[in-house]
Amino acid sequence: MARRTSLTAMATTTIVAWLIGILLFFPILWTALAAFKTEANAYTMPQNLLTSGWTLENFGIVQERSDYLRYVLNTAIISLASTALGILFAVPAAWSMAFQPVGQPTSPLKGRTWALIILGSLVLAGLLLWPTGWQLGDRPILAVLLILIIGVPFVAWIWTRRTADTLLWMLSTKMMPPAGALIPIYLIFNRNGLIFKDWGFVDLSNWTLMDTFLGMIPLMMLLNLPIIIWMLYTYFKEIPFEILEAARIDGAGVWNELTRVLAPMAIPGIASTVLLNVILAWNEAFWTLNLTNKYAAPLSFFISEYSSPEGQFWAKLSAASTMAIAPILILGWFSQKQLVRGLTFGAVK
Amino acid sequence: MGSIELKGVRKSFGAVNIINGVDLRIEDGEFAVFVGPSGCGKSTLLRLIAGLEDLTAGAVEINGLDVSDVGPAQRGLAMVFQSYALYPHMSVRNNIAFALKMAKQAPSVIEQKVQKAAGILNLSDYLDRKPRQLSGGQRQRVAIGRAIVREPKAFLFDEPLSNLDAALRVQMRVEIGELHNTLKTTMIYVTHDQVEAMTMANKIVVLEKGSVMQVGSPLELYNRPNGLFVAGFIGSPKMNLIRGEAAARRGATTIGIRPEHADISTTGGEWQATVRVAEHLGSDTFLHAESDAVGPLTIRLAGEAPIAPGDTIFVTPRPAHVHRFDQGGRRMA
Repeated sequence: MARRTSLTAMATTTIVAWLIGILLFFPILWTALAAFKTEANAYTMPQNLLTSGWTLENFGIVQERSDYLRYVLNTAIISLASTALGILFAVPAAWSMAFQPVGQPTSPLKGRTWALIILGSLVLAGLLLWPTGWQLGDRPILAVLLILIIGVPFVAWIWTRRTADTLLWMLSTKMMPPAGALIPIYLIFNRNGLIFKDWGFVDLSNWTLMDTFLGMIPLMMLLNLPIIIWMLYTYFKEIPFEILEAARIDGAGVWNELTRVLAPMAIPGIASTVLLNVILAWNEAFWTLNLTNKYAAPLSFFISEYSSPEGQFWAKLSAASTMAIAPILILGWFSQKQLVRGLTFGAVK
Repeated sequence: MGSIELKGVRKSFGAVNIINGVDLRIEDGEFAVFVGPSGCGKSTLLRLIAGLEDLTAGAVEINGLDVSDVGPAQRGLAMVFQSYALYPHMSVRNNIAFALKMAKQAPSVIEQKVQKAAGILNLSDYLDRKPRQLSGGQRQRVAIGRAIVREPKAFLFDEPLSNLDAALRVQMRVEIGELHNTLKTTMIYVTHDQVEAMTMANKIVVLEKGSVMQVGSPLELYNRPNGLFVAGFIGSPKMNLIRGEAAARRGATTIGIRPEHADISTTGGEWQATVRVAEHLGSDTFLHAESDAVGPLTIRLAGEAPIAPGDTIFVTPRPAHVHRFDQGGRRMA
């Protein structure tokens, strides 16, 4: 029997819920309203939220000063392409982890042995670098050797872990503050980050990833890949393995199993994963602000142009923000059912 | 058409042994049933034959060729799963046609084979439906249809009827039996239900704790169980297993008498017993009685018998049907 709720209790909850909702929504509402005011009215304190005159001039000025559509296009390219690329990598990864999980570490070595091997490789690398006076200098061969000595044992260690550990390790990469990785990534993006520009057979002196789609799309993909894999993994776990086994017996290879059986069954899951990641990539600001400034600059950069040292242009900043969030807000509004399902999947059910 | 041979097949998951060395030969055209209690490894054995699990040791041969390292797709077998495992996003037609499409057959050939299979299985009217629009029995038939269009070397059934209700189960049992008579293809059928095993099989393989206990025709197992496990497992109601003085008098540690192989009398006989429950099925009467000499006894009488709880009866086993087992639980000659 359904629980009986009194009218007063229902009214109270409704009012409280609306109040909390409006409270949370207020900054966005304020921004949206300020976008339609003159600079002077937007800056007036206390705010005359609904009483002042309305104007559309901010949008015109913003479009005139910086080409809004180009930023929308850039953002769309980065967020859609990075999500598509991410799905391409994540579907096979999640498939293998959901349906061929490794229950036990595949290496017979104990944790202590692994720690010794990895520590030993670091010591060996140090010994190689020591005679040079800790200067890599102009020695590409030595650099490659060092990467191999340190990298191979570390990769082998991760490679032989249980699936559960691998998943946790993937998620742990999202726990690191992005600022911690900014300097190495900045150096990789900037051509000056290449220690050896001229390798003899290939000269990378003019090579740069800074402010290019070639840099931003893979970077954004890698940033969101752990989340994409986790989401797809939880979806795939819900699909009965027997159906895939039936496909295998029916003669389907890996490609047909993935594209004809698994993917069509997981369409709701893949759709909500795509949506969430498009939104995450669309709203990303830290990396785009640091690594783009013109050609591949997305909407976050477009907004930041208006919080400038030239003065406080609240109305224009609000107009720019409103224009930046409008497309994704509309997309989110139309797909909220998918999104909610995606976010609560596994938790509810 | 295919014969299947298992040679020293072992399977373990980590330190746990699931299959401890199985040697078995299933002839071309045979209907073999793997039967045993849950957890005995019968499904794992089937999955090893299908190629869905890797062998820990031993070999699987199909038509004399070692397929131990061959993937499930290349073994030429078809499998029907307990959950049916239909492709939920495909119509019945595409479910049945999937394997043929994977084999890159011509569309006209595929359509003809699908129609033929649908005809055999009474699915012709449902070809454009999705699996969720079908009843349990129809889904089961689609799963079988998906298997038969491939003209496999052998069919593997993994408890295919356990999700159906009792009436449908009996009907599908008959249909699968008829299918075997029509196609004459080797079938391996896994079940925990010994009635299914007895009614369908040419050859029953009784498994317990990952080992084959006995292989034989249904009547061989019924008439000459080679040990206590098979004696207790095959036959319904269960065989009465009696230890103690009554067994010692026949030179055995344990004797077994099937419920239908004992005569009763109200005047005199070997064991005196008191009826606790009498089950009147019309065709049979089952008596559950308690005897001071040999403990609980189950007796099956043909037809109706005017016996009520509390009655005293005398039970005499028929000498020709007494099974004798030694101390290790093995059959004595």
